[in-house]
Amino acid sequence: MNLRHLLGRLFNHIDRPLAGLLALLLLTSIATVFSAANTSVDKLLAHLLNIAVALVAMIAVSHVPPQRLMQFALPAYVLGVILLIGVALAGDVVNGARRWLNLGIARIQPSELMRLAVPMMLAWYLHLKQETLSTRHFASAAVLLLIPVALILRQPDLGTSLLITASGVFVLFLGGLSWRIIVGGIVLAGAALPFAWHFLHDYQRQRVLTLLDPSSDPLGAGYHIIQSTIAVGSGGMAGKGWLNGSQAHLDFLPERTTDFIFAVFSEEFGLLGNLLLLLLYAAIIYRGLTLAALAPSLFGRLLAGAIVLTFFTYAFVNMGMVSGILPVVGVPLPLVSYGGTSMVSVLIGFGIVMSAASHKKLVKT
Amino acid sequence: MATSLRMVNPEEELRRYNFRIKVAAGIVVLAFTVLFTRFVWLQLVEYDRYHALAENNRITLTPNPPARGIIYDRNGTVLAHNFAAYTLEITPSKAGKLEETINRLAEIVQIDAGDRKRFKKLLAESKNFETLPIKMRLTEEEVARFAVNSFRFPGVEVKARLFRQYPMGEDFAHVIGYIGRINQRDEERIRESGRSANYRGTDHIGKSGVEESYENLLHGITGIAQVETDSAGRAVRVLAQTPPVAGNNVYLHLDAKLQEIATKVFGPYRGALVALDPRNGGVLALVSKPGFDPNLFVDGIDLANWRALNESPDTPLVNRALRGIYPPGSTIKPFMALAGLELGFRKPGDAIADPGYYSLPGSSHRYRDWKKDGHGIVDLKKSVVVSCDTYYYRLANEMGIQKMAGFLSQLGFGHKTGIDMEGELTGLMPTPEWKQKRFKQPWWPGETVIAGIGQGYTLATPLQLAVATMAVANNGKVYQPQLLRGWRDTLTGRIVENPPKVVTELKFDPEHLRIVKEAMVEVTRPGGTAAGAGAGAEYLFAGKTGTAQVIGIKQNERYDEKRIAARHRDHALFIAFAPADDPKIVIAVMVENGGHGSSTAAPIARKVADYWLLGKIPEALKEDAAEEEGENEDTPPPSEPARAGPAAVTAAPTRTTR
Repeated sequence: MNLRHLLGRLFNHIDRPLAGLLALLLLTSIATVFSAANTSVDKLLAHLLNIAVALVAMIAVSHVPPQRLMQFALPAYVLGVILLIGVALAGDVVNGARRWLNLGIARIQPSELMRLAVPMMLAWYLHLKQETLSTRHFASAAVLLLIPVALILRQPDLGTSLLITASGVFVLFLGGLSWRIIVGGIVLAGAALPFAWHFLHDYQRQRVLTLLDPSSDPLGAGYHIIQSTIAVGSGGMAGKGWLNGSQAHLDFLPERTTDFIFAVFSEEFGLLGNLLLLLLYAAIIYRGLTLAALAPSLFGRLLAGAIVLTFFTYAFVNMGMVSGILPVVGVPLPLVSYGGTSMVSVLIGFGIVMSAASHKKLVKT
Repeated sequence: MATSLRMVNPEEELRRYNFRIKVAAGIVVLAFTVLFTRFVWLQLVEYDRYHALAENNRITLTPNPPARGIIYDRNGTVLAHNFAAYTLEITPSKAGKLEETINRLAEIVQIDAGDRKRFKKLLAESKNFETLPIKMRLTEEEVARFAVNSFRFPGVEVKARLFRQYPMGEDFAHVIGYIGRINQRDEERIRESGRSANYRGTDHIGKSGVEESYENLLHGITGIAQVETDSAGRAVRVLAQTPPVAGNNVYLHLDAKLQEIATKVFGPYRGALVALDPRNGGVLALVSKPGFDPNLFVDGIDLANWRALNESPDTPLVNRALRGIYPPGSTIKPFMALAGLELGFRKPGDAIADPGYYSLPGSSHRYRDWKKDGHGIVDLKKSVVVSCDTYYYRLANEMGIQKMAGFLSQLGFGHKTGIDMEGELTGLMPTPEWKQKRFKQPWWPGETVIAGIGQGYTLATPLQLAVATMAVANNGKVYQPQLLRGWRDTLTGRIVENPPKVVTELKFDPEHLRIVKEAMVEVTRPGGTAAGAGAGAEYLFAGKTGTAQVIGIKQNERYDEKRIAARHRDHALFIAFAPADDPKIVIAVMVENGGHGSSTAAPIARKVADYWLLGKIPEALKEDAAEEEGENEDTPPPSEPARAGPAAVTAAPTRTTR
């Protein structure tokens, strides 16, 4: 059948196991957002639309072969850096941070673009130098990483800059950065922490202090952590039941459809729900890494691996933050939180992962 | 590093990649294990704690204050009740700039200067987070207007509240008292007595009169609602509740009509009247003139009104019946006569010749009789009837102050009567010991002489005079004066009687009592000092006039009523009971600057007795009734029952039900 053939072609780069796991996670997301938004149908429809758009984007990207994607690496990176410089010079200040750039037609947040552009750029760079890869190249790659990170850190946006750093480091790590440098870097970073403290903004320090002792400021910065921890803890073994979370529905949880949605989930589905969610994430990551390892090109392997590990990092940081073991940084729970940008960028990432694994033939550059 | 330029083996590269992927996977497993451990900690180990915290977040206990009990007179006339009305209330902590908010509110709802002043006063006294009324008794239209604009006023809300109201107004202010907002002192008292929990949500408390003394009966039991609230503290739904138990309705011995008549017959005078039922001590009327409008106090009196009341030379805030102390004057004579007989200083037949004065043996100082030329031959009975001073100068001197004080103390002079109201004064029954202690001076014989006619140091409240009169009328049996007749227990629905309390049963010779009583009946008959007031009485009206000096008259001066400033005129006193052969009412009247007891005080007592015994309404009041209608138009709300009419007896009290 013609239609069947067409559909088959549409999905021929989609990895069935990964797609199935992602579908499970998205169903969880739909249920949780519906509850978190106090059963608002409008919000539900908007969320479904976001998911639909993101899925279309994923399918579309899965058709783009890695070698074609590579061509975008440098332009995307350069454009991103230019926009970040633009933000630094003429960005709009929202909530005390200069993150947005008004282009006349639309207001964009260039740091979002860099979430994908940076690992792409690094993967492309290492791919380019793979024949003669040396420490010097890793050093150059590190510089490529630090330029956007420094610009984003200045905005200031500690969360995003750390996560972009992580995605770049994942590329370097998978690309074969020597263990000595890795260990040395970890030691150095540990030693630099007290100095880094001085460079943190007050509100950033406050978040760290709040993590250490939330009760020091129960109505201010500590409020989010206290309330989300209460929500998680009061969920107990089996949870309060879907739509029955009192912390969520009585408005005690801040940002509960976005960054703190895990608290809603945790309150309503309890420890068992959390276990299933962790297993689901682990399965997605496992399948993602497996696909990454199947990628024929170094670019594909590095980029796909970094994307999957970044996905893991987001999930870990978010759940750690909500359950009170990591400081509050504005990171959504990937594929569960409400919000179109994150949804689209994460699913595009998985589209790349699927593409990298399924495009077998590689044209040498 | 040494590996500056080395060819990479693709195989080796792939192996290394796969190894690193495995390392990364290991990190993922490790990280998720950490998370899972954290979840186990929060959701299993610490579950109870977080569960409790979430419940605390969710559930707020809101007090549900009870409706205050209604105060009725003996016939069911409402003396204090509640009505529901809308108020506009501001929560200062949420309202932002108060001045500006109020100004903007004034564009929608009429807020006058008085409202603003009262609000300021309340604000100064308030605890934080309390809502305070800016405007009472909104009209339906104002409620609607505010509702439309309410989004512009955070922290401002319309509330349906119960208001205390005193429909009888000023004539009953001193007996019924009033409630007012709980201040810091009240709060301390509440805390000390362990009633704090029951006063959560209550913002008024009895401040005087019956409202104060029966606060515990009237308040009721506060209900508690478990309300689910959101993070902003807004109630979402009620989970469970214990409804409040309304305060007990209280019934007084007081007769509203009698009280009203007793007040009106005072005319323009200041003074006090106490009417007791000698058969049980019930307070039938308790007047203190001038009164004040108790409704002014309920939600905080404004400064102008407060000043006017507090600084008035007429001291309307003083309850003269309990706190006015006056020399008893000649009203003490029947008691002195009884003392003379009981203590054996006089026999009924003993008579003296009264030259118009008395001098102590060996002294030339003349203690003058009120009648310049004396009363001629005076026996005990006549001494009471004509109020002969000389007789009592002499009797007092013979008796001595100690015995006199001893006897009169039994009748209640110098002791609190124990009435169920706060603030009663003790009066004074002087003794040499007292004087030594008080003035460090010895007692002079002359002081005993004037004590014999109720002058000098002796001081009594009108209530004490009424109680002493009751002792005689009752043949020695003294009941504690009580306002409370009983109450309806809200929980059981049963009427609980407040039993009469016998203070003492004095043993007097019946013959002696008969003589004194007869003499007191003669007082109101032709030839007696209150003959005018007694004329035409259809029952045996026993009484005794009295005059208490306000300023001393020099030895050779004459007291000329007309030439003395009104405020320096003598106080007029009258004590009475009737019918003398079967007393049903005991009355003590004090008219400040009223001149003679016979002309001002006695007619008041007669009118009160006439109404009580015969149901006679004084002619003057019947005409007044029509004029009164328009008087207090600023206070009564729409729901006010008709003034004192029989309709009020059955008028259902207004209250909100949930």
